[in-house]
Amino acid sequence: MSEEFAIETQDLTKRYDGVTVVDSLNLHIKESEVFGLLGPNGAGKTTTILMLLGLTEPASGTARVFGFNPTREPLKVKRLVGYLPEKVGFYDNLTARENLAFIAELNNINYAEANSRADEALEAVGLSKEADLTVGKFSRGMKQRLGIADVLIKKPKVVFLDEPTAGLDPKGINQLLDLVANLPKMGTTVVLSSHQLYQVQMVCHSIGILSKGKMVIEGSIDELGREALAGGRYIIQVETVQPTPQLINTIKGIKGVKKVEAKDNILQIGTDSDLRAAISKAVVQNDFPLIQMKVQEFSLDDIYMKYFREG
Amino acid sequence: MRAILRKELADYFTSIRFIILFVLILFASAAGLVAASQGIRGANLPEGFVFLGLFTTSGNVIPSLVTLIILLVPIIGIALGFDAINSERTSGTLSRILSQPVFRDSLINGKFLAGVVALSIMVGTMLLLVSGYGLSMIGVPPTAEEIIRLFIYLFLTIIFGAFWMGLAILFSVLLRRIAASLLISLALWLFFSIFILLVAPAIANALVPAADGSEAEIIRNIELRQMLMRFSPNTLFSEATTALLLPVTVGSLGLITQSQAAYMLPNPLSLGQSLLLIWPHITSLISLSAICFAISYLLFMKQEIRAT
Repeated sequence: MSEEFAIETQDLTKRYDGVTVVDSLNLHIKESEVFGLLGPNGAGKTTTILMLLGLTEPASGTARVFGFNPTREPLKVKRLVGYLPEKVGFYDNLTARENLAFIAELNNINYAEANSRADEALEAVGLSKEADLTVGKFSRGMKQRLGIADVLIKKPKVVFLDEPTAGLDPKGINQLLDLVANLPKMGTTVVLSSHQLYQVQMVCHSIGILSKGKMVIEGSIDELGREALAGGRYIIQVETVQPTPQLINTIKGIKGVKKVEAKDNILQIGTDSDLRAAISKAVVQNDFPLIQMKVQEFSLDDIYMKYFREG
Repeated sequence: MRAILRKELADYFTSIRFIILFVLILFASAAGLVAASQGIRGANLPEGFVFLGLFTTSGNVIPSLVTLIILLVPIIGIALGFDAINSERTSGTLSRILSQPVFRDSLINGKFLAGVVALSIMVGTMLLLVSGYGLSMIGVPPTAEEIIRLFIYLFLTIIFGAFWMGLAILFSVLLRRIAASLLISLALWLFFSIFILLVAPAIANALVPAADGSEAEIIRNIELRQMLMRFSPNTLFSEATTALLLPVTVGSLGLITQSQAAYMLPNPLSLGQSLLLIWPHITSLISLSAICFAISYLLFMKQEIRAT
C-alpha cells in the first residue's frame, strides 16, 4: 500500500441479502483534495462511505484510511475522520453548543478546549448567534450547517460528506460549498457524495462515478472531459449559410482539426485546441457568412450523461 | 462511555417523561401511605414486623404499596427503555454517534446503565418517602432485620425494573418504529400481569382436568397452574415480595392443604429462611434481565448501519 493516498480501497465489495451493492471498488483519493463521489441513487455511494468509516463490514476486499483498516481498527479511523450523514440528526432537546460539546466529549476533548472549538466551528458555519438555541427549532439548512460544525470540531484529517447540499436553498448551498472548498487549505481531505453535478464541479478536484456498485470512471475533471469526448478536447460550432463540401474540406485541412460534421447550416468541428481564429478566417475567406461561432466545453454533466448512456 | 452515561442521565432528568413518572411515583407513595394508615391497625402484625406493614397492608379500597409497585415498576422500566435505540436511529443521530471514536457497545451499555440509575433513584425515592412519612405516622422504628429485608426488596425491585427495561430496549433494537416497540412491550406487560391469570388456569384445566374432584388431581391442577404462572416475571416478583416483606403469612410458596395448615405454627420466617425460599425467584429475575440485555447487546453489535 502506497502512502501517498489518504484513502485507498482494493476490490472493496459489499452485498446485502445477496445483492451486490458495491462491486470490487478500487478507489484512490489523494491527501488534501476534494473528491466527488458521483452516481445515481442506489449506486452504492453511501455504502462505500460507511465501509470506509468502519460502520459496515465489507464482504471482501480491503480499505485503507491513512494506512488504517476501518474494519480492524475502527477507533483509529474514527479518530481521524468526520462524517456528515445524509439525514443528519441532532438531539432536539439540546442546544447547538451542547450537541457539539457532547461530540467533543466523545472524542476525549477536554471541556475548555471543547468550548473554544465549538465557538470556532459555529463561527465558521455562521451559527454563532444560534449557539444557545435548542436544535429542535433549527431549519433544515441550519441543521446541515451544524452538521458541518459537528464534523469540524474534531479537526479531522478526512471528512465524508454524504449529500451535503440536499434540501438546502441556493444561498445555503453556496455557503456550504465555500466551506467545503476551504477545507483542503487546512489540510483536510474531503470526500463528497452527491448527484448535484454542477456543485460537484465547482469544488471537486477529482471525481469518481459509481454505477451499480462499480467505479465507471475515476480521475480529475479535466482528464475525464478529454477522455469523454473521442473527437478531441474542443467542439466548435459554426453557423453559416449553405456550407459546401469544398468549405468542409478546407476546414478539415486546418492543422489540428480532427472531424467536421455538417448539419444544415451548422458545422460541428472537433479540434485538439481552440482553433476559432483559424476556422473563422477560413469561413470568411471562402465567402461564407459567419453567423455564429461557439466553443462547446465539456461539463461534468456531459461526462456523466455519456457514461450513463453507455452504461 | 462516561460521556454517554452522563448525557443519557441529563436527558432523563430534564425530560417530561421523567417528571411524569416521578409524579406517578409520588402518587403511588401517597396512596400506599393512605392504605397503610387505614389498614395497619387491623392487620395484627407480630412484633418486629410492624414497620414492614407500611408497605404491605392495603386499605379499604386502596391496594398496598407493594401491589402498586408490582404494577408501576414495569411501566417505569418500559418508559425508560422503549425508544433507547430506535429513537437514535430515526432521528439520524445513531450514525453520527457511532462515527465517533467510541466503542459501539458503550452506547448501549451507557443507555442501560443510565436507565438503571434513573430506575434506582425512582424506586429508592418511593421506599424512602414511605419509610420517612410512615415512621412519623406509626411511630414504630424498623428493626435491623426489617431494614435488611427492605434493602433486599429494593435490590429486587431494581432488578425487576431492569428486566422490563431490558425487554423494552430489546424491542427498540429489534424494531425500527418507536410506536411498535412501545406497543409490544406494553402488550407483553399486559400479558404477564393480567392475561396469564386467565391463561394459566385454562391450560391447567385442559391438561390436568380435576373433574372427579379427587384430592390428588386438584393438587396437581393447582401446582401446574402455579408453575405456569411463574413463567411471568411479575408472579416471580410478587411471590418474592410476599416472602420478603410478609414473612408472617407465608410458610411456603407452594400449596398447603387445610390439614397441613392446622399444624403450621404462626411464626414469622427468619431472614435466612425467607431468602432460601425465594432464592430461585431472585436468580430467575436476575438471569431474565441479564438475558434480555445480552440479547439486545448482541443484536445491536451485529446490526449494520446501512444506507437507507
